[in-house]
Amino acid sequence: MTVLGGRPEGMTSLHFGLDDVDGVDPRQRLVVVGNGMAGARVVEEVLERGGGELFAITVFGEEPHGNYNRIMLSHVLAGEEHEDDIVLNSHDWYADNGVTLRAGVRVDRIDTHAKLVHAADGTTVPYDQLVIATGSRSFVPPMTGLHVAEDQLLPGVFGFRTIDDTRAMLAAAATHRQAVVVGGGLLGLEAARALQGHGLHVEVVHAGTHLMNQQLDLDGGAILRRSVESLGIAVHLATRTTEVVGPDRVRGVVLADGRTIDADLLVIAAGIRPVTEVALMSGLEVERGIVVDDQLRTDDPDVYAVGECAQHRGELYGLVAPVWEQARVLADVLTGTDPTAEYHGSRTATKLKVAGVDVATMGVNRPERDTDEFLVISEPRRGVHLSVVIRDDQLIGATLLGDTRKVAFLTQAFDRGTPLPEERIRLLVDLSDGAEEVGVAELPGESQVCNCNGVSKQAICDTVAGGCTSLGGVMDATRAGKGCGSCKSLVKQIVEWAADGDVLEDPTASWYVPGIPLAKPELTAAIRQQQLRSVSAVFAALAPGGQEDAKSKMGMTSLLRTIWGSEYEQENDAKFINDRVHANIQRDGTFSVVPQMKGGVTTPAQLRRIAEVAEKYEVPMVKVTGGQRIDLLGVRKEDLPAMWDDLGMASGYAYGKSFRTVKTCVGSEFCRFGLDDSTRLGIDLEERFQGIESPAKIKMAVVGCPRNCAEAYVKDVGVVAVGGGRWELYIGGAAGATVRKGDLLATVDSPAAVIELTGRFLQYYRENANWLERTYDFVPRVGLEKIKQVLLEDSEGIVLHLDEGMQRSIDAYTDPWGQDGKTPATPGQFRTALPLVDLPKVPVR
Amino acid sequence: MSVTDTRTTSHVVGRVEDVPLGEGRAFVAGGVQVAVFRLRDGSLHATQAACPHAGGPLADGQTDADLLVCPLHLYTYRWTDGSSPSGGTGVRVYPVHEQDGVLVVEVC
Repeated sequence: MTVLGGRPEGMTSLHFGLDDVDGVDPRQRLVVVGNGMAGARVVEEVLERGGGELFAITVFGEEPHGNYNRIMLSHVLAGEEHEDDIVLNSHDWYADNGVTLRAGVRVDRIDTHAKLVHAADGTTVPYDQLVIATGSRSFVPPMTGLHVAEDQLLPGVFGFRTIDDTRAMLAAAATHRQAVVVGGGLLGLEAARALQGHGLHVEVVHAGTHLMNQQLDLDGGAILRRSVESLGIAVHLATRTTEVVGPDRVRGVVLADGRTIDADLLVIAAGIRPVTEVALMSGLEVERGIVVDDQLRTDDPDVYAVGECAQHRGELYGLVAPVWEQARVLADVLTGTDPTAEYHGSRTATKLKVAGVDVATMGVNRPERDTDEFLVISEPRRGVHLSVVIRDDQLIGATLLGDTRKVAFLTQAFDRGTPLPEERIRLLVDLSDGAEEVGVAELPGESQVCNCNGVSKQAICDTVAGGCTSLGGVMDATRAGKGCGSCKSLVKQIVEWAADGDVLEDPTASWYVPGIPLAKPELTAAIRQQQLRSVSAVFAALAPGGQEDAKSKMGMTSLLRTIWGSEYEQENDAKFINDRVHANIQRDGTFSVVPQMKGGVTTPAQLRRIAEVAEKYEVPMVKVTGGQRIDLLGVRKEDLPAMWDDLGMASGYAYGKSFRTVKTCVGSEFCRFGLDDSTRLGIDLEERFQGIESPAKIKMAVVGCPRNCAEAYVKDVGVVAVGGGRWELYIGGAAGATVRKGDLLATVDSPAAVIELTGRFLQYYRENANWLERTYDFVPRVGLEKIKQVLLEDSEGIVLHLDEGMQRSIDAYTDPWGQDGKTPATPGQFRTALPLVDLPKVPVR
Repeated sequence: MSVTDTRTTSHVVGRVEDVPLGEGRAFVAGGVQVAVFRLRDGSLHATQAACPHAGGPLADGQTDADLLVCPLHLYTYRWTDGSSPSGGTGVRVYPVHEQDGVLVVEVC
């Protein structure tokens, strides 16, 4: 089994704490039982308060893994996150911080008199201070036939609590077809949705009268049910699963009302129960959870408990935010940073997405007194159900289902008791009278911005005040935005607001590449002045300490080619793999081959050749691209040169940060609406600018009339025939992750003028854009007016220079397929990089 | 200081010039596929051939004096111990050296 957050196999490390060296360690011994989110958080908070000097820390974890983000397990199950990406603290982290991690070791009991921890492996560890953070486990309701032996579930039955549960479910999901999920709460619905995403038929059995009955009222639950059912997940309410049909593995379940459901996979997500055995065995006071006071102390003065296993003022908490608050208080107390720190309970507000539906809840979900105000907006057809409960002019509860736009204001009102609008409906909907939404400035400091990592607005502001003013720096320091990432834009707004006029620009943000501390104009000047013609020469001359930087190499190669044209000294190691082998790497390590097809125009002879090559090399997929070309996907690296040779066509540059393709419509030659010959102009543009490297890819289109059939309005450069021999030239358009209509640069009166102006714009972009900055960012950044002045009025006197620069690059063009196909540029240029893997692994269609 | 008792075996996988300066090439050493890199400072490094994240071909990655970058999702690994600066799973590193112009990789 792979240990999550573990070290690579075969690596060992020995850690000698001071305490191993003849007993001179003056530090107290702090032992934490439980390495989940609560336990590890306590250790982090203690270390942050200088606790590494005070304590020799040992952490016991029952799981062999490092600490991971349990909240994200449903994303791992859904395949949206890789399990490596949910690691919070790897084994290395513990070693690096001098914390002894006893991963995979369960603790049996604590001898509070001798102050000894007894582990299941027979070892004992002495402590001065002890923290119990054993969390909770899945509650398994009684069902006949569920177990094959004590503590051993029938094959095909899974809990949903750990990464091992998740891995087992993922493996089972691949080979099974019908799942029943017991439990219609948050976790059950997430499991149901994730399994459905793997192609299983899923039914949810829920004992409550409505879904998510912990958070929602009856009406809200009914609306959520409709949303869930519309996804194709069947829901059975108000009935229990009484029997599991076996006997060798799960075959189905029997419900209390006698119905049976066939299933080959059964997930138990019927709630959680605190893990209290260690506390019980140790003689500590346990009710539903381990009873703690306002300093998280149990009835033994040197033993504390935090997280889901702890019961504070009669409450158990299952959300992460209260756990973070507890960890902070406990760390203050343990380290003496604030010996009087106290935890007074949490008002729980939560915002989440369940089965694709946004849900936010806080406080109560229905009126409790006759005088309570209760406002409900219910739109079952849209799947929206909103309600608020108000008592004595204070918000005491809110439920938002399907539309959580008002959550920021409501959370503030709930947490702080801020005044409510007289027209209560404004709590739930924006009436269009121009009233502004609450901005980041009005958010109270305590309000939680990042729910995954429990980061408040205040924490972000404090970090900014401490001198960290870049978004990346603040995210690294606070971990805000590093969970699910949904709060990232809010974090950015707060950083910008908190830094105010005092924004210390992240210095690297202005550098062209991260490894060389120069902006593009200065870098270009230095390269020209010092005549640096290779990437290694640039690093040697301009990087701090002459150190090369892997992530800067690709951008440097592009810049040097732009500056020097054919005088650039090629170094294959400075290129990304795509540019080394002139093809686009695919997920399995094979490549895609796209021959040039100027203007999207081909011939029967070309198609025949492509067909023959595709068959000869058993190409798994042949696909027409969005750029009006043909893509041969799943090609082995070692087959590339022979394929190019057989094709006898030039590279289409579908892999590079370079000019890609010109889409065209059939224009006046065929189309009865066509105003001009768009096909010819498209071919001519592609002929002229083929293979030109640039800061990011460049896509173009030419259309023969404003009907825009080849989408010229949303291209980096788009050309539109408007009749009378005139053409409009648009720049900075996009239709990818960003959609932007291009800006009209000029209307010109001949194809030659289109080609000339396109070349000038491209060269201006190549010389001034940041690495990977697309034209749709570049044009608005520089400003259309400025670009017009420079290119149309020659306001800077550089038009001639731009024309020459472009011509130099055009003259340097050689077809890379023709160039490297016969003689490899470096030894083994086309050798496989996975010699024992049988490629392609992509599916063959 | 190792507490493991594993025996390694040495394998000649190719000639030094089979790996161009600054690049990586993959070989099979004793039934194990390894990626061997020759950095611009002349140092040699060897790692497992497939990225632990998503199986990417590490020999096709880019390098500098400290790091290897997988070409698929730009995950990085340190030469020193194969660990990942971002805290994810690391790669296995193998001892590699030059002997009379040939590359010798030691695998367990």
